[in-house]
Amino acid sequence: MFFHKYASPKIFYGFAGKLIPWFAGVTSILLAIGLYQGLFVAPPDYQQGESVRIMFIHVPAAWLSMFAYMVLASAGAIGLIWNMRLAEMAATAAAPIGASFTLLALVTGSLWGKPMWGTWWAWDARLTSELLLFFLYIGFMALQAAIDDPKRAARAGALLALVGVVNIPVIHFSVQWWNTLHQPASLSTINKIGAPAIHPSLLIPLLIMALAFTLFFVTLLLVRLRAEILHRERYTGWVTELVKP
Amino acid sequence: MATTLVGTVWCVFRRDLLIAARKPADVATPLVFFAIVVSLFPLGVGPEPAVLRTLAPGVLWVAALLATLLSLSRLFAADYADGTLEQLALSPQPLSALVLAKVAAHWVTTGLPLLLLSPLLAIQLYLPSEALGTLLLALALGTPVLSLIGSVGAGLTLGLRGDGVLLSLLVLPLYTPILIFGAGAVTASATGLDPEAYFSLLGAFLLVALGFAPWAAAAALRISMD
Repeated sequence: MFFHKYASPKIFYGFAGKLIPWFAGVTSILLAIGLYQGLFVAPPDYQQGESVRIMFIHVPAAWLSMFAYMVLASAGAIGLIWNMRLAEMAATAAAPIGASFTLLALVTGSLWGKPMWGTWWAWDARLTSELLLFFLYIGFMALQAAIDDPKRAARAGALLALVGVVNIPVIHFSVQWWNTLHQPASLSTINKIGAPAIHPSLLIPLLIMALAFTLFFVTLLLVRLRAEILHRERYTGWVTELVKP
Repeated sequence: MATTLVGTVWCVFRRDLLIAARKPADVATPLVFFAIVVSLFPLGVGPEPAVLRTLAPGVLWVAALLATLLSLSRLFAADYADGTLEQLALSPQPLSALVLAKVAAHWVTTGLPLLLLSPLLAIQLYLPSEALGTLLLALALGTPVLSLIGSVGAGLTLGLRGDGVLLSLLVLPLYTPILIFGAGAVTASATGLDPEAYFSLLGAFLLVALGFAPWAAAAALRISMD
């Protein structure tokens, strides 16, 4: 396969360097459009008022927090199964980004909860599973930080991530059984005339923001992956050559 | 005798029990910890029977979780330090089966004593006596899952610095479903509801954990011993 060579950290380092400006550019444009649409153009909600605008950050952040974990776990699995170094590095690089999105989702959710539910924090199912997801990220990072040998760190982290993936649905469904206050997902709720329950004036900025967040994630992942490559390969000839003053 | 799979598994199981019997203090420590943690709650929240009765299922389960966690480092650490674990990994029998034997021995020396001690502490917390049977059954189904999931974490953190705190960070989030349904069963039966659904779910967790955890723990041990 022609893209095989991109699995080599050295070649991928240069390739990622070329990709980053493009992803960063498109991310900025989409973020600008999405934020303008969401914060200025979209109408206030008839129940939630202006607070609905928090959703344009909160919902994409929550999606990305789960997406990033899937990326982390898939990269970890690829690294574990095919012993591919680039995938191992990608898992390590994805973890802090995913944790940040999780924290962002928690904080924005809390800010939204105060005017809407009248409380900063509620032991609601989705809030709780998001919090536990945050702990899973922290555990992954702490485990990798505690292991000095990069090979063992990568493999142990990958195994933990896979155990986490099996557990996430179980945890989610457990806390759902336990307590639910959060509103049901609006996008998958279809009303009687077959349209999504969320109005297009809110839906379109939301989807733009989701796309922008995803590209933002990819951009950050590439930047962090490049740093990780340099770190892991710091004793190789090409890195020495590259960083020579 | 120990050449067949069953023979080897039995041998490992017996050996771990024997070691535990020779060092009874190791077995007693998590139990005492369990009793102390439970006894601290009335001191913290006040001695009102109504409050304690509401808190009892959660307190007992959280204390059982922490006591199990405390005992997890014992699971592989000594065998890792003296090289026994490497011999086990080199044996012709699958490592996951041997891990299962060690986990079973761990449960007999930790989960089972916790379970036997729990009614006493439950009475201290004014848990209605109708709920005692539920508590025992829920712990009987739940504590083996705690040992099983914990074995994966213990395998991953083998020989690392600060492994106790790290282990709790890895394992506690994974324990939440057991806590929810375990405490849920006791609460349900203390308030006169039928806890059967909780038992079914705890049983399902136990079966899934029995199938996957030894295998994952064996993989974790192989990673840690590389």
